[in-house]
Amino acid sequence: MDNAVNPIVKLEDISYKYTKDLVLEHVSLEIPKGAFLAIVGPNGSGKSTLLKLLLGLFKLQKGKIEIFGEDIRRFKDWQKVGFVSQKANSFNSGFPATVFEVVQSGMTKKIGLFKFASKEDRQKVIKALESVDMLEYQNRNIGELSGGQQQRVFIARSLVSEPELMILDEPTVGVDSKNVHQFYEMLEMLNKKLGITLILVTHDVGTVTDKVTHVACLNKKLHFHGDACEYNELNEGELSSIYGHDVQLLNHDH
Amino acid sequence: MISGILQFEFLQNAFLTGIIIGAIAPLVGVFVVVRRMSMISDALSHVALAGIAFSLLLQKSFLSLAGLNPLYIGMAFSVGGSLFIEKLRGVYKHYQELAIPIIMSGGMGLSVIFISIADGFNSDLYSYLFGSVSAVSRADLYVILAVGVVVALTLTLLYKELFLLSFDEEHAKASGIPYKAIHFIFIVMVALVIAASMKIIGILLVSSLMTLPVAASLRFAKGFKQMIALAVLFGEVSVIGGLFLSYNLDLAPGGTIVIIAVLILILSILFDKWKNR
Repeated sequence: MDNAVNPIVKLEDISYKYTKDLVLEHVSLEIPKGAFLAIVGPNGSGKSTLLKLLLGLFKLQKGKIEIFGEDIRRFKDWQKVGFVSQKANSFNSGFPATVFEVVQSGMTKKIGLFKFASKEDRQKVIKALESVDMLEYQNRNIGELSGGQQQRVFIARSLVSEPELMILDEPTVGVDSKNVHQFYEMLEMLNKKLGITLILVTHDVGTVTDKVTHVACLNKKLHFHGDACEYNELNEGELSSIYGHDVQLLNHDH
Repeated sequence: MISGILQFEFLQNAFLTGIIIGAIAPLVGVFVVVRRMSMISDALSHVALAGIAFSLLLQKSFLSLAGLNPLYIGMAFSVGGSLFIEKLRGVYKHYQELAIPIIMSGGMGLSVIFISIADGFNSDLYSYLFGSVSAVSRADLYVILAVGVVVALTLTLLYKELFLLSFDEEHAKASGIPYKAIHFIFIVMVALVIAASMKIIGILLVSSLMTLPVAASLRFAKGFKQMIALAVLFGEVSVIGGLFLSYNLDLAPGGTIVIIAVLILILSILFDKWKNR
């Protein structure tokens, strides 16, 4: 089937406001299966709002979203969608849970209400921990790990339900700069080796453009959407119009 | 006390009830503490007090209701209070903790009104406030046993959902589990445990049995399941030890149970410090 005809996510003319002013204006976007899309934009550009709409956490006000070909309002198959949030936002570091318990919690929906994890489910937890290289930490409490290690555990928690689409909201916040590069390499591996479609909301524009396949620039409106090569060819003037202020391009080697 | 347990039915009732609440209070308490809702049990116990006072007033006013077990109305008020808390948390989304003092003072206000209408009460109310070894009847034991079974079964069946909701609420919502229904069931379980525990430990002290054993187990637990096991163990030691001491030294059981729980907490903090020297 042609991916362009049947995108995994399709946004049609999305507008959204909290009070009076629109935070998203007429955003339309198609994300093909197998893509690694980075959504970039300045603070307050509506990135997080768009993501919450995509996850069904906010109700649509205008426009239409389709996930896996189904209207999001009727979509029930949420175990196909993995979500990794900003670590600092949603997680209590003093919580006395082991890495294994945290990863297993990613299967909650998949296992189903009133059912218990089977031996097979526990094997999947081990496999997910292996794929992010964190198996040796399975019995450690999550609060004892570094920011980068915790974020790997949260990736494993998403992986364990074998999602086809993974949505990541600024996952490198709280990860030290030394490990950010490794972290993106791991995401690239998940995309290429496991074929998971990735949507990444990020500020690390410079770091991600050599890893992702597509870039979408959002500043209330969608200013640019194309493949990563096209994005890399944008000049300073074009980027400035996206970010709403002067942008200076700094080239670095990695 | 052991010969007393074999000899007297009231001691058997108190002891068996103690074993049940020594397990279910910390079991629910683990989720209450990690979800940072410790104050909710205090608020609901004050509402339960209003229910008890109302029930005692009915007993005094209508002879036909003399046999009414105050536990039922206490439980109904506690569950009703939990629903109000949820409603208020929805109304004050950005000041959710406001629901607690509103419900707490509302419950206390109602209690005082019912007590004053009845021109004060006898020792019954006193035993509900501070707990009593002799006040637990066989009928109470059966009600508390039923609550214990329902709570333990519900928490076991909803364990993985409650874990997810406690660890990462945002992720729980995004994962598509029916989090509102699960949260609602959980609050009702908290209300039931509070009502079931008050005969032994007393309304004013009931929340401590939900939080102190959990606070102690937080010092050492490796993982969530271990924390639950340790909290239940500390809860049982506090209740059984407390009942034993209160019977032998003629003290109020609620206070004795709480003081043992506090001692366990202090010892666990000291042990944790010594271990991490």
